[in-house]
Amino acid sequence: MTATADDLLAGVARAAQIAATHADDVDRQARFPREAMDELAGCGALAALVPVELGGLELGLDVLAQSCVLLGRACGATAMVFAMHTIQVACLVRHRKDSAWFEAYLRELVATPRLIASATSEVATGGNLGASSAALEPQPDGQLRFDKKAPTISYGAEADDLLTTLRRSPDAEPGDQVAVLTRRGQHELTETGRWDPLGMRGTCSPGFAVTATVGPAQVLPEPFDRISAITMVPVSHVLWSHVWLGIATDAFERARAFTRAGAQRDPAGGDANGRRLSTLLGELSLLRAAVAAGLAELTTATADDDFAGLMTMAAALRFNTLKTTASTSAPQVCWSALAMCGISGYRNDTPYSVGRHLRDALSGSVMVANDRLHATNARLLLVVKDV
Amino acid sequence: MNDLIRTVLRDHGRLPVPMETLADSDDLYRAGMASHASVNVMLGLEDAFDVEFPDRMLTRGVFASVDAIAAALTELGLGAPA
Repeated sequence: MTATADDLLAGVARAAQIAATHADDVDRQARFPREAMDELAGCGALAALVPVELGGLELGLDVLAQSCVLLGRACGATAMVFAMHTIQVACLVRHRKDSAWFEAYLRELVATPRLIASATSEVATGGNLGASSAALEPQPDGQLRFDKKAPTISYGAEADDLLTTLRRSPDAEPGDQVAVLTRRGQHELTETGRWDPLGMRGTCSPGFAVTATVGPAQVLPEPFDRISAITMVPVSHVLWSHVWLGIATDAFERARAFTRAGAQRDPAGGDANGRRLSTLLGELSLLRAAVAAGLAELTTATADDDFAGLMTMAAALRFNTLKTTASTSAPQVCWSALAMCGISGYRNDTPYSVGRHLRDALSGSVMVANDRLHATNARLLLVVKDV
Repeated sequence: MNDLIRTVLRDHGRLPVPMETLADSDDLYRAGMASHASVNVMLGLEDAFDVEFPDRMLTRGVFASVDAIAAALTELGLGAPA
């Protein structure tokens, strides 16, 4: 690993320490993890994917994935905010083509870190990211206006900028979408609900009505279906899975600390918990292997000419399966850790508390609902040959 | 070949507009073909032409128009489009 990757991971590790300190407060108050996000901004992590030619570090997705695990072990919400921001940066970097506006934006992102949120889901179309109702409406002065009701925008109120999916024009079909980046000051966000969820409380993801007026240069040059297939979906599923792996890893470590404390207190005691811990290590190892395989597949497929492999239904099936599998197994690891730690795990005020881990990990199966992905996979399985 | 492709699209594509209004080169997705319907189209084509599309050909682009589908079938050895 190069020096810059090591430097970045050292910065992320500092941010993770800060995130761990504030994790319970962030969770209890459902507040944005400001302290850790400031540290991530300060160490260059928010622009880590930006190419060298634009002044960035151009680090690989593997370094960002490892960062998600480090942060996930400390605070699930911090890790998820970082993952989601990184996904937006990946879309801008890869699909900017030769857009001068986006290149200038990415240079600025390196010099002065900005946090990017996304408005991809929509009240009218639900969780189907491949369809939009709101459209870009050309104005007489050449600007473009839009008005979108999003059921959720994670850290919408905290973000500097917003990547929004829309129909290309008022007469475009729902699937004919583009992605538009608006800067703070260009868009107006009106909160349309409260945010009081079970877990991932620090992501602060209520609904918003978004209105904005932008220049045509702020529309990503490639169509959203391509952005989605090549970057947004696979990178999301890979980075989210690393976040969930981080959460599950910390839950496992708490169960291990609990077991060790028990063995120290009572060396002659039975080793029932030790055997359960061994079983749990197996579960965690399977999750770790699935997540690592997903990252490796994405890295390989990204090297294809024109990302051909990522455009296939076989790739969609694989990355959907990574998401459904990791989001199912991470809370199971947390649940097993809770069962081992008993009341010490169930309480919110012991070194072995895993309630937050379990609640955070449970979010995985509802953020882009696993039911929806299984329905999509059911159709893909009818035609894909090599699964 | 294009006539049979059009029959499959009419039976499985669930397009919001009649097939007759679309040219062979028109983009079917822009015309409103949903991705779940496109899977039915792929199955319908495999059945109608007795072929199997390999995974590398199972992409949106390959099924984006009558012309694109004809080119894919030709690549699988089904003779030049009539």
